[in-house]
Amino acid sequence: MLEIKNLVKKYNTGDLAINGVDLKVEKGQVMALIGPSGAGKSTLIRCVNRLENPTSGEIWLNGENIVKMRSRKLRRARRNMGMIFQEYALVERLTVMENVLSGRLGYVGFWRSFLRKFPQSDVNAAFGLLNKVGLDAMVNKRADELSGGQRQRVGIARALIQNPDILLVDEPTASLDPKTSRQIMRLITELCEENQLAAIINIHDVALAQMYAERIVGLRDGKIVYDGSPDDLKPDVLTEIYGKEDWTAVRKRKPKKDQSEDDITASEEHLAEMQ
Amino acid sequence: MAETLSSSPKIWQHRNRNQQLLSWLIWLLGTALFVVCWQKVSESTTWFFVWDAPRIAADIGSRMIPPRWSYINELWEPLWDTLNIATIGTMMAIVMAVPVAFLAARNTTPSTRFVRPIALLIIVSSRSINSLIWSLLLVSIIGPGVVAGIVAISLRSIGFIAKLLYEAIEEIDKNQVEAVTAAGGSRLQVLVYGIVPQILPAFAGISVFRWDINIRESTVLGLVGAGGIGLQLNASLNVLAWPQVTLILILILLAVIFSEWVSAKVRHAII
Repeated sequence: MLEIKNLVKKYNTGDLAINGVDLKVEKGQVMALIGPSGAGKSTLIRCVNRLENPTSGEIWLNGENIVKMRSRKLRRARRNMGMIFQEYALVERLTVMENVLSGRLGYVGFWRSFLRKFPQSDVNAAFGLLNKVGLDAMVNKRADELSGGQRQRVGIARALIQNPDILLVDEPTASLDPKTSRQIMRLITELCEENQLAAIINIHDVALAQMYAERIVGLRDGKIVYDGSPDDLKPDVLTEIYGKEDWTAVRKRKPKKDQSEDDITASEEHLAEMQ
Repeated sequence: MAETLSSSPKIWQHRNRNQQLLSWLIWLLGTALFVVCWQKVSESTTWFFVWDAPRIAADIGSRMIPPRWSYINELWEPLWDTLNIATIGTMMAIVMAVPVAFLAARNTTPSTRFVRPIALLIIVSSRSINSLIWSLLLVSIIGPGVVAGIVAISLRSIGFIAKLLYEAIEEIDKNQVEAVTAAGGSRLQVLVYGIVPQILPAFAGISVFRWDINIRESTVLGLVGAGGIGLQLNASLNVLAWPQVTLILILILLAVIFSEWVSAKVRHAII
């Protein structure tokens, strides 16, 4: 359904963010994109909906090349791609309902949207989605009154009301606490399954990626270095993606007085290692 | 290691020796310049008049009291004119300044190379000419009266409003704009949903602030014949009718207090 061919993105500053990426995402497939900061994860999904213009390469969505599209056609293609942002990107001074309905802008003419006269079917859909994400009571609240988790739920509803084929999700949990992060990831993956949506989810948290995605792609320096199932994501693969690090380490405790000899020598060895 | 550190402590200074010398030099030059200028001014001043000033001021002050209250019935209409000049002038300025601001803001202008410089030129030329000078020009073009005052006020205000507004537009959060773009919104929809809600508080604040300034400016426009209470002020000054001048000044003060009160209320309500 989505196919990226030999994508290259070079910024005006000369930074090569994406260096020849080939990627295919099937209908209904939830894919996590992991990699260190600056690997090009954000750039990749921003190229897909042309918030950034790729330098070269092709992006095919439903048999059409997005890279070649001009204004009107591009807007039409963007309707099929729902985007969810790290900092939620809600219009802060508009209400929850207006924010959700703004997901329909690609379908509604200027005057209808200006006068907030959206078709009843859109309003019904918005109420339905707000119910699904658990924000029934917040319909007329302003977006800046909500908590982080609630804002992200509005962001999800806004993306889904577009009736998209694919979700582009940029670090959805980076600004959220661990519990809310899990709830948000569960919500996204459940909704994808329910609506047969594909998704590309940029995510820092490897554990969350393994928990919720059926496929994991690792990006490093603008190139794909891993593409496989979450279960095969072993320490050597993580080293390949992120660089060398002790991936199995857990927190080492300081030696206490009643600790056994072995523990103390172990921590001494650890100290020696650090020096 | 610890010993070497304590034996020769690292010194930190806000300014190094050269910077310190430079700063002293600048102070010295500044003081010298001040002394020289003071001398020049002193030479070209007729000190007799200056020493005489308190006596003259006291004399005029005594003639100004009490205000001639009966004169007030001739002032209601000019006062109303003054408020109208400020209000209508501000509204006209807003209508013209908003498009200019969007053309001048780096993130909304259609072309940074051609359109933006023109918009900036409009802003600068409007701002660099005082409304009193605009009125002088306009009185000779459209003749004396309220219309000249309104046009003068609006021409002066375009630059002010457009400048502050385009700075507000350039400071918006671009994520919100991207979100609306990503949903497939057209340029106009992005403007209405992504940008306008973000600049609305700034817009209201700027407009009311400018209206407040314009009330004050429009009180003097009459001095050059552009209508309003300044006309009466000028007439009274010319015939040395000091008690009338006092009354006019009191009235202007009240009008300014009123406008400050309104603008504070409006700003409070919106932000």
